[in-house]
Amino acid sequence: MLEPQMIQTLAQGTLESIYMILAITVISYVIGLPLGVFLVASDKNGIHPMPGANWFIGGIVNILRSVPFLILMITIQPLTRMIVGTTIGPKAAIFALVVSAAPFVARMVEQSLLEIDHGVVEAAQSMGASNLQIITKVLLPESKPSLLNGVLVSATTILGYSAMAGVVGGGGLGDIAIRYGYNRYDTGTMLVTVVLLVIMVQLIQSIGARIAKRSDKRIND
Amino acid sequence: MTNDNNIIQINDLHKSFSIKGREVVALEDINLNIHKGEIFGIIGLSGAGKSTLVRCINFLEKPTSGSVIFDGRDLGTLPAAELRKARQQMGMIFQQFNLLMQRTALENVCFPLELAGVSKADAKKRALELLEIVGLAERAGAYPVQLSGGQKQRVAIARALATEPKVLLCDEATSALDPQTTASILELLRKLNREMGITVIIITHEMRVIEDVCKRVAIIADHRIAEVGPVLDIFTHPKTDATRQLVYREDEDPVVYHAGEGRFLRIVYNGSFALEPVIAKMILDLHIPVNIIHANLRSIEGDTYGDMVVQVPDLMGSERVYQYLRDRGIAVEEVSQDA
Repeated sequence: MLEPQMIQTLAQGTLESIYMILAITVISYVIGLPLGVFLVASDKNGIHPMPGANWFIGGIVNILRSVPFLILMITIQPLTRMIVGTTIGPKAAIFALVVSAAPFVARMVEQSLLEIDHGVVEAAQSMGASNLQIITKVLLPESKPSLLNGVLVSATTILGYSAMAGVVGGGGLGDIAIRYGYNRYDTGTMLVTVVLLVIMVQLIQSIGARIAKRSDKRIND
Repeated sequence: MTNDNNIIQINDLHKSFSIKGREVVALEDINLNIHKGEIFGIIGLSGAGKSTLVRCINFLEKPTSGSVIFDGRDLGTLPAAELRKARQQMGMIFQQFNLLMQRTALENVCFPLELAGVSKADAKKRALELLEIVGLAERAGAYPVQLSGGQKQRVAIARALATEPKVLLCDEATSALDPQTTASILELLRKLNREMGITVIIITHEMRVIEDVCKRVAIIADHRIAEVGPVLDIFTHPKTDATRQLVYREDEDPVVYHAGEGRFLRIVYNGSFALEPVIAKMILDLHIPVNIIHANLRSIEGDTYGDMVVQVPDLMGSERVYQYLRDRGIAVEEVSQDA
């Protein structure tokens, strides 16, 4: 059922998927982390309330979050063409994935930072901490375990989205599943890609959860 | 208006919050001078505004009007960066300790030094000294979750002292601790005050804490200062109902004085009388049956003081008891029956 060439294709697809998840997660965090911090800091109870800007950014994040990925990817095709020059292939898929994942990451980061007790922020303020110091020395380090858990959830979500990006020839396992499994009715190959995707999610989850737990000093061993 | 003897001067301070478009007054007409090197208490029931007041002292809350002069400088006029520097001169500790949970005790004490730009090595050295002072050197590597409440508060105190502040603000710092731990934390504050000369401001709802360590006290009730003065004066001669309620813990331990039978008198006596059987002698001298309803001994500034509520059968007797005790210099007042 699986010819050597197919095995090679699957192996390459797996590598491509891993590469895509890593790249998209990193890029999404580069954009989403500052956005999440901004949403917390600019809240009306935050360290630097900016209600107007908070409403605006929060609104954009909500809009992008509420559109299903597949529809978003198609809707933003003109924008994708403007920025990466094409609407098909891995580059186009990565762009669409980042547009979808970054707002998701922003909300994940926001949730993590909101777990920090306001009293700790107040204590830092009483010691003369600036807002930047509160962000870099209190909010982010104190929420590190929760942020790491957020990375896991984001990475597995991105893996799911990246499989959908196979529709536009985005590369990776999702692409193989659609090209062979769906278009050519090759159920065996499709099942193998599904198993591979499940294994990847399991690995990300179990390794990541261990790292997050180990980093949390609130857990008394 | 500035007086060299005052480390903090609060002038005509007013603070109100706007909640859902409505103005809610938190503090009104607050005027307070806190002397250099004293342990000053601020007491009030919850909701009286004392936590807001302490936050106005270091400008975590900006007063709506009025001024706070700290060490000769009006905090309201300082630019943001200067205000942050001034805050490093005022340490603060909290009811819930507010330690950084992902940092060890040592790293927590290093934290304000990092904020102030002290080098890592110097910060660590100073932090170890401070943990030594608060008696926690051997727990330097422990995370907050591994420490008891009292230990956490000690770390918080070491952290608050790191930048060598002139004032230590304690916001209900012992309210989450058991009585024994409270006593040891108060002893530590007393020691820091004595040995480092740091001015300590204690905000609490417990009179016990005030009696134990404070020289002077301000009573806050209904967003205003009801009384300010030496703890002993406030205790022996309370002028307002709010003070009586706090001082005699009428809120905690309500004594119901039933209408009808007799009169009720509160007697406040100091150590020298407490040792003498005053009441017994009075009963013998006056031939009046006196019923002791409630009695309580406490220690203020190292002296023993007591307060007692007695029931006297009639008006005549009450007048004579009143006169008898007054003649002997004992503070006595009639207690209203619905007190």
